[in-house]
Amino acid sequence: MHTVAFPNKILPYLLVAPQIILTVVFFFWPASQAIYQSTLREDPFGLKSGFVGLANFSAVLADPNYLSSLQVTVVFIVLTALVSMGVALLLATTADKVVRGQTLYRTLLIWPYAVAPAVAGMLWLFMFNPAMGTLAYLLRRNGFGWDPLLNGDQAMALIVVAAAWKQISYNFLFFVAGLQAIPKSLIEAASIDGARGTRRFWTIVFPLLAPTTFFLLVVNTVYAFFDTFGIIHAVTGGGPAKATETLVYKVYNDGFVNLNLGSSAAQSVILMIIVIALTAFQFRFVEKRVHYG
Amino acid sequence: MSNRLIATSTAAITLSLLLGSSALAATELQWWHAMTGANNEVVDQLAKEFNGSQSEYKVVPVFKGTYPETLNAGIAAYRSKQPPAIIQVFDAGSGVMMRAEGAIVPAADVLQKGGYTFDKSQYLAGIVAYYSKPDGTMLSFPYNSSSPILYYNKDAFTKAGLDAENPPKTWPEVFEAAKKIKASDAAKCGITSTWLTWIQTENFAAWNNVAYGTNENGLGSTDVKLEFNAPLFVEHFQAIADLAKDGTFRYGGRTSEAKQLFMSGECAILTESSGGLGDIVKSGVNYGIGQLPYYEGHGPQNTIPGGASLWVFGGKSDEEYKGVAQFFNFLSQTQIQARLHQVSGYLPVTNAAYEETKKSGFYEKNPARETPILQMMGKAPTENSKGVRLVNLPQVRDIMNEEFEAMLAGSQDAKTALDKSVERGNAAIAEAIGN
Repeated sequence: MHTVAFPNKILPYLLVAPQIILTVVFFFWPASQAIYQSTLREDPFGLKSGFVGLANFSAVLADPNYLSSLQVTVVFIVLTALVSMGVALLLATTADKVVRGQTLYRTLLIWPYAVAPAVAGMLWLFMFNPAMGTLAYLLRRNGFGWDPLLNGDQAMALIVVAAAWKQISYNFLFFVAGLQAIPKSLIEAASIDGARGTRRFWTIVFPLLAPTTFFLLVVNTVYAFFDTFGIIHAVTGGGPAKATETLVYKVYNDGFVNLNLGSSAAQSVILMIIVIALTAFQFRFVEKRVHYG
Repeated sequence: MSNRLIATSTAAITLSLLLGSSALAATELQWWHAMTGANNEVVDQLAKEFNGSQSEYKVVPVFKGTYPETLNAGIAAYRSKQPPAIIQVFDAGSGVMMRAEGAIVPAADVLQKGGYTFDKSQYLAGIVAYYSKPDGTMLSFPYNSSSPILYYNKDAFTKAGLDAENPPKTWPEVFEAAKKIKASDAAKCGITSTWLTWIQTENFAAWNNVAYGTNENGLGSTDVKLEFNAPLFVEHFQAIADLAKDGTFRYGGRTSEAKQLFMSGECAILTESSGGLGDIVKSGVNYGIGQLPYYEGHGPQNTIPGGASLWVFGGKSDEEYKGVAQFFNFLSQTQIQARLHQVSGYLPVTNAAYEETKKSGFYEKNPARETPILQMMGKAPTENSKGVRLVNLPQVRDIMNEEFEAMLAGSQDAKTALDKSVERGNAAIAEAIGN
C-alpha cells in the first residue's frame, strides 16, 4: 500500500471542509448543547438556571415512567420490525414468482415509502379513529370493542401497523434484490432432490438472505426507534395513559409540553449513548459473524 | 469576483436596503397566534382594520400551530432573543407566562406606556381577575375567552321521552337522562365531554365552589398543593367511570375531539366550550344549549374563563410598546368587541360590549349565546372560583388525562385515579417551582 499525497497542502482540508462543517454544525454543536443542558436545571425561559451535575440523570433513571417507556419502546421496535420485515419477505417471495406485470407490482409496493411519517399517521388515524374512522365504525358495528383512545394495546397495535406499513416498501426492495442474487442452480438442485417449496425456502433461500435480513434488522430498529415520532405524534400522542410513549416521544413530551428542559436533555443524552452503543455493536460483532455470500 | 461584479452587487444590496427601510417605515409588530379556520380569518381581519386605521404601526399576524406549539415557539424565540411583540397564550399556559416576570411586560403597563389608562372596571370582572396578579395588575390582554356549557341533541331527547326544551340542570339529572337515552336506544351513547381537565376539574371546582388546590387554586401563590381528590370530585368521576362501563359515557380524547361524537349524532349530550358553537351549528344537529350542570348544595357558583389572552414580551423599544398599546386599545373598542362576540362565539371582554349586544336584541334572537356570560358573571367569585393557575398546568393536565384514561379503561377506580393525579401533580409542581 502506498500513501497518496496531494501536491497542495491546503486542498485536502478544503475538500473535507464542507463535511466537517456539516458535522460540527448539525451534530457536535447540538450534541454539546444537549450535554451542557442536561447538567442544568432551568426555568422554561432560561431566566434562572443552576448547575446540578448529574441530578437530572439520576432523576430520569429512577423514574418508573422512564423504565416503562423503555419497555414500550422495546415492544414497539420488536413488533414493528417483525411485522414490516415479515410482510415484506412474504411479498418479495410472492413477487419473485410473478411472471407478468412484475414491474407494476413492485412500483405500487414502493409507493408507501414516499409518504411522510406524519401523513402516514394521519391516514391510519382517519381509518381507525373511533370518533370518525370508517374502519373503526365497521369494527364497532360488528361488536368488536375498538377504542384505541382508552385501550393501550389497541393503540400500540395501531401505531405498529402504521409504522410497519410505511417501512414494508423499503424492506421489500432489499428482499427482492436479495432473492435475485440467489443462484437459480441451488434451488433447482434442491428441487431435483425432492425438496418442496417450504423446505427449499427455509433451508436454502432464508439462510442465503441472512446478510439482507441482518442489514434490514438494523435499519428497521433504527427506523422504529428514531423515525416514528411523526406517526406517534399524529396517531396517539403517546397515550392512552403513556401506553405508546416511546423514549423519543418522552424527550419531546418532557421538554416541549412539560417544559422540563433539564430532564429532556438528559434523556436525549441517554438516547445518544444508546445510538453509539448500537452502532458500535453492529460494526464490532455482528458484521463479522454474518456470512456475506 | 471581479471588481465590477462587487460594485454592482454592492449597489444592489444598498438599493434593496433603502427600499426595504422605506417599506418598513411603519413599526412592525409581530402577533403570534394559534387560531385556525374562521377564527384565523377574524385575526387577519382585525390586523387589517388596525393597519388601515393608522400608518405608524403594522400588526403582522403569524400562525404558529396549536396552542402549546405557539407557546413553545414564543419561549424558544425569547431564548434566542427574537421574540414577537405579541403572543397569544392559552389559559393553561398563563401560569407559565406569569412566572416569567423578566420576560414579559404586564398589559396594564403597556397600555400606560402608550398613554392610555387601564381601567379595570371596564372589563368583565371574572376575566380580568383570571389574567391579573394577586395585586390586581392585569398581566395579559384577554383576547378570546370562553366558558364551558352543555349541548344536547333535541331529537334524541324527544325520542327518549325527555323534555327537549328543558335540559337537565344537575349532574345526577344529566346522568339519569344519559342512561335513559342509552336504554331507549335514542342514541348509541348518552353523554361525552371535551377537555375533561378544563371542564370536569377546573371549571367543576369553580362552578361547585370546591377547592382545586391551596392558595386560591394558585392565584395567591405559585406554591400549590392540589386538592381535587376531595369527595365531590371522587363522586363525580366514579359516576362517569360507571357510565363508561356500558358505553353510556364515551371518551373522545384529551382536548376537543369529543365534539365529533356529538356532531355525528352518536352521543346525545356534550359538555364543551362555548367557542365550539360554530362547528356544532355547521354540523346541522338539532341542538339545544343549557348551562353547565352542577351538584345540588354546592353550585352553581361561577365558571372560569378558558380560551386565550395576548401577552407582550419584554426587551422591546418604547416605540413598539406604544404600538401594542394602541392595538390593545383598538381591540377594546365596543364595536370591535361586540362584533367579535357575536361572530365568533367567544365572550365580550368589556362591559360596554356586553351591554351593546344586549341592547341590539342579539340575545333575544339567540338566548343560548348569553348562557356562558351569565355563568361567569352570575356571582362574585369565591377563592375557589377565580380560576386555576399553576406554573405547569399543561403538565398537570396531562398527568390527569393519563390517570383518567386508565380509569375509563377500567383499570382503576375514580378515587385511585384522583389520588394518583394529586400525588404526581404535586410532585411535578414541586419540581417546577424548585427550578
